[in-house]
Amino acid sequence: MMTVSNLSSANTSNSPPYLRISRLTKKFGEFVALNDISLDVSQGEFVCFLGPSGCGKTTFLRAIAGLDIQTSGTVHQADRDISALPPSERDFGIVFQSYALFPNLTVEANVAFGLENQKKSRIEIKKRVNELLELVGLPEQEKKYPSQLSGGQQQRIALARALATSPGLLLLDEPLSALDAKVRTYLRREVKALQRKLGVTTIMVTHDQEEALTMADRIVVMNAGTIDQVGTPMGIYREPESLFVADFIGTMNHVDGQAVSAESVRLGSLTLACRRHDIPPGKPAVLAIRPEDILPVDDVADAGTPTDNRFKATVREMEFLGSFWRIHLVDKQLGDSHLIADLSVNAALRMDTAVGQKMAIKLPPDRLYVFNPSTGR
Amino acid sequence: MPPAPIIRPKTSKDDKLMAGFMIVIALYLVVALAFPLYAMLSKSFKTASFDLKKYEFQVNKGDGWGPVVSAFEINQTLHVLKPEDLVTSADGRLYATIFFPDFSFRSKTKYRFRQLDPNSSFIDGTRQITDNDWHTYTAKEFRRIILRPSQSIGLGNYITYFSTPALFRSIKNSLFISILTTLITVSLAFGFAYALNRSTMRFKGIFRIIAMIPILIPSLLPGIALVYLFGNQGMLKGLLFGADIYGPIGIVVGAVFFTFPHALIIITTALAISDARLYEAAISLRASAWRTFWTVTIPGARYGLISASFVVFNLVITDFGLPKVIGGQYNMLAVDIYKQVIGQQNFEMGAVVSVVLLVPAMMAFSLDRYVQKKQIAQLSSRSVPYEPKPNRRFDAICLSYCSLMGVFIVGLLLVCQYAALIKLWPYNLHLSLANYNFDVMDGGGWRAYINSIRLGLLTALVGTVVVFSGAYMVEKINGFRVLRTGFQFLAMLPMAIPGMVLGLSYIFFFNNPANPLSPIYGTMVILVVCTVTHFYTVSHLTAITALKQMDREFEAVASSLKQPFYKLLAKVTVPVCMPAILDISIYLFVNAMTTVSAVIFLYSPDTALASVAVMNMDDAGDIAPAAAMGMMIFYTNVAARLIHLFVTRGLTKRTQAWRKR
Ligand SMILES: Nc1ncnc2c1ncn2[C@@H]1O[C@H](COP(=O)(O)OP(=O)(O)OP(=O)(O)O)[C@@H](O)[C@H]1O
Ligand SMILES: [Mg+2]
Repeated sequence: MMTVSNLSSANTSNSPPYLRISRLTKKFGEFVALNDISLDVSQGEFVCFLGPSGCGKTTFLRAIAGLDIQTSGTVHQADRDISALPPSERDFGIVFQSYALFPNLTVEANVAFGLENQKKSRIEIKKRVNELLELVGLPEQEKKYPSQLSGGQQQRIALARALATSPGLLLLDEPLSALDAKVRTYLRREVKALQRKLGVTTIMVTHDQEEALTMADRIVVMNAGTIDQVGTPMGIYREPESLFVADFIGTMNHVDGQAVSAESVRLGSLTLACRRHDIPPGKPAVLAIRPEDILPVDDVADAGTPTDNRFKATVREMEFLGSFWRIHLVDKQLGDSHLIADLSVNAALRMDTAVGQKMAIKLPPDRLYVFNPSTGR
Repeated sequence: MPPAPIIRPKTSKDDKLMAGFMIVIALYLVVALAFPLYAMLSKSFKTASFDLKKYEFQVNKGDGWGPVVSAFEINQTLHVLKPEDLVTSADGRLYATIFFPDFSFRSKTKYRFRQLDPNSSFIDGTRQITDNDWHTYTAKEFRRIILRPSQSIGLGNYITYFSTPALFRSIKNSLFISILTTLITVSLAFGFAYALNRSTMRFKGIFRIIAMIPILIPSLLPGIALVYLFGNQGMLKGLLFGADIYGPIGIVVGAVFFTFPHALIIITTALAISDARLYEAAISLRASAWRTFWTVTIPGARYGLISASFVVFNLVITDFGLPKVIGGQYNMLAVDIYKQVIGQQNFEMGAVVSVVLLVPAMMAFSLDRYVQKKQIAQLSSRSVPYEPKPNRRFDAICLSYCSLMGVFIVGLLLVCQYAALIKLWPYNLHLSLANYNFDVMDGGGWRAYINSIRLGLLTALVGTVVVFSGAYMVEKINGFRVLRTGFQFLAMLPMAIPGMVLGLSYIFFFNNPANPLSPIYGTMVILVVCTVTHFYTVSHLTAITALKQMDREFEAVASSLKQPFYKLLAKVTVPVCMPAILDISIYLFVNAMTTVSAVIFLYSPDTALASVAVMNMDDAGDIAPAAAMGMMIFYTNVAARLIHLFVTRGLTKRTQAWRKR
């Protein structure tokens, strides 16, 4: 089992975590949707649950909310054991993918819904609603009905409604996925700014890695009911701890090789220096390197044993992807494997790259990950 | 590592409250449905018979007591009772003197008598004697000795039923009529639906309205119209070429009339969801129209056709009003129940026939549910609606066909109206309103009409509240799986229970002095309870469908905002579901106005109903007033539907701002 606290050093100070989830398991009949998951979230943090469809993100979020209580394991919020409590006895605001705005109530009434029967006067409620609408950037829309608003506006109303009661924890289940790409990018920044301004501890579920990378303080990568890795966006991207995370986040070359020593591997006929690993020599190993980490170099011997992880390969195909070229490389030294490298437009020009030509590249050893194919780690 | 602690979720206040409500409504269904059915079922297994070996006599003609003889021995020589005379009901009585043909109460003969069944008794003048000892009587006293049957639990009633041809023949009759009607109605309705859906003929709106007329009138009204048309003094009697309208012909024609709209609604829906892309494919493959019809249209609508068949079958086999009015000597199960209970006071046999009727009704119901589930699965796949293109010849055929059906439906209704308005068919054809002067007739008079409206309104009000609350709780509560499953079952059950069976069960359950609820027997309350229960299922399904269309997360949002469910219910759920709620209330009202079968056993002189009055006046030979009362029900239902239409329209207009469509 992974212990999470030592991985999240970036954000955890010495104060106890705001949310402590410990050994959570959720079963639907025989099916285990969440398997013994633990996670700490500190006050004010923005955490994203990221993972492929069906990995249990929503299930996890709903367990935290008390909407579908876990089979076993505990949840503590602000030092209070809320493991068994129904949603109404917990302290959170929630926004769903569908927004779940009440269609027959105006924007104002939607936002005010949670403010009523709190011994607040009408004027106070009105004031708070206006404040919230201002906050989400939709003042003067309060008399409209949800169906008269755009998707992005509806999303912000849902956010305002969730924040109305000033909850300690904000839960967002794919809040942006129903929007078109432009609005989504814009709202990412908006939501993030709002969260920072209010300092509300936030958990957002998403299957969009870009969303997670741009918004989260910390990302929880989930896979088949377990947490594979927890870390900052940068940490997750640069230091994937498993093949799954490496493949899931960003683009990754992924080729089969063999361990040679603790710091070298064989790929085709090449022996390459790599990150430290603990695969016994001679056993299969999976090599992984990001396309942008493959460096074009000028000087390299035509063939033979590479020095310094440099070698030549043939350009089989080039794809223009706007800001860069994606280059597919093959070579008999690589065996059946092929690599892709991303080259900036300028670099490609400078090197005069063309299909069919040979190209000298370097695989920096500290960017060459090695995973054990049998454990995936 | 030790396993993590298992969490027992704490039930929220809302869920506790909802469970409470749900239990109350479930209890209602148990009391209004499960208990009465149980009472009926157990009644059907209660047999009462005279076991002659258990009665013993001794006679003293002045020369000392003779030998002990049993009634059985006497009957062996005298044959005063045939075997079928021995089977009786719980109230069966037998005079002891029938075993003594030369009995005279003036004689000096003395008699001794005892009965040996520890659970039985006999009546000695006015006393009920339960012991098994000898009692001595003078002839004067002896003539007042009444033997009571032994009661036991067993299949006796069923054995009697199935060994009495006059009774079990009804099974064959009922099945025959129901299947025949099903075939005819479904074919006719399919043609009508096809014309509405696939042609560009004119007057579609009018045809749609006309086709719904039969829903608004009691099922016995077409029977009355047929009597006027083809009865002994019928206007068109000649057209029958000597055949008799009283019997299968009349029942089938009338049944086709009243089941037509039900089949049409289902088949229209089925045709409307079939996919236009399949037709385009068929055209591009140059399939003939005939081939396309059999390979695309029929398979596409098959679930609708099957479902419509079961619904029609069920309506016909459980209907009571129509065969009562026009069945003549042709016995059907539903009428048998009535005859056994009202005519012969044989409640046990009524219960047996009810159980017999339950079998096909339950089967048709469960098969229909099964098929409908499949149709829903078919529905969820996205399809492109079919757009008919003008085709002169086809449109003309469709128009003529629909007109023909329209004439049939409107024709029968007009005949009723005509019958209601003329003074005395066929002798005095002057128009008058005399037949509407119900107060001079048997059947309850105008009071019955007012009662019906009261019943309709109360049923609509109480029923809508109960049904919608129940559906809301069962749909939205968290946890309580067993309770929910049980509730769903109870809510579906009424549809499988024929009205006659429900009504009879109510007699057994509520007309029992030991039942603390018995005071409601004979009041408006029991009529409302019975009607709400009878029409529960369709209303429940309507409510569930509406609730399912709401965002599933509303409750989650409300609870995260710490707002109780009833606030959400009042401010959001009810307003959003208002069209469905109005649909439920009009459905309940119209059915309460027209139903006969469920209430026929339950009304009292104070609570006579219009629909029952139609039947009773017809029974008494006052056919014209019966038609007039039937028409009153029709006008009322039309008015109710119009009000419903305006309210719904107004509501849609007011809520247009937030409704997308
Ligand atoms: N009520 C339920 N009953 C049975 N299985 C369920 C239930 N809810 C979820 N599951 C299963 O649990 C697994 C995780 O579901 P969950 O909804 O948490 O996935 P997710 O990560 O949110 O996926 P997505 O990105 O598609 O929303 C899935 O395999 C799903 O089929
Ligand atoms: Mg999800």
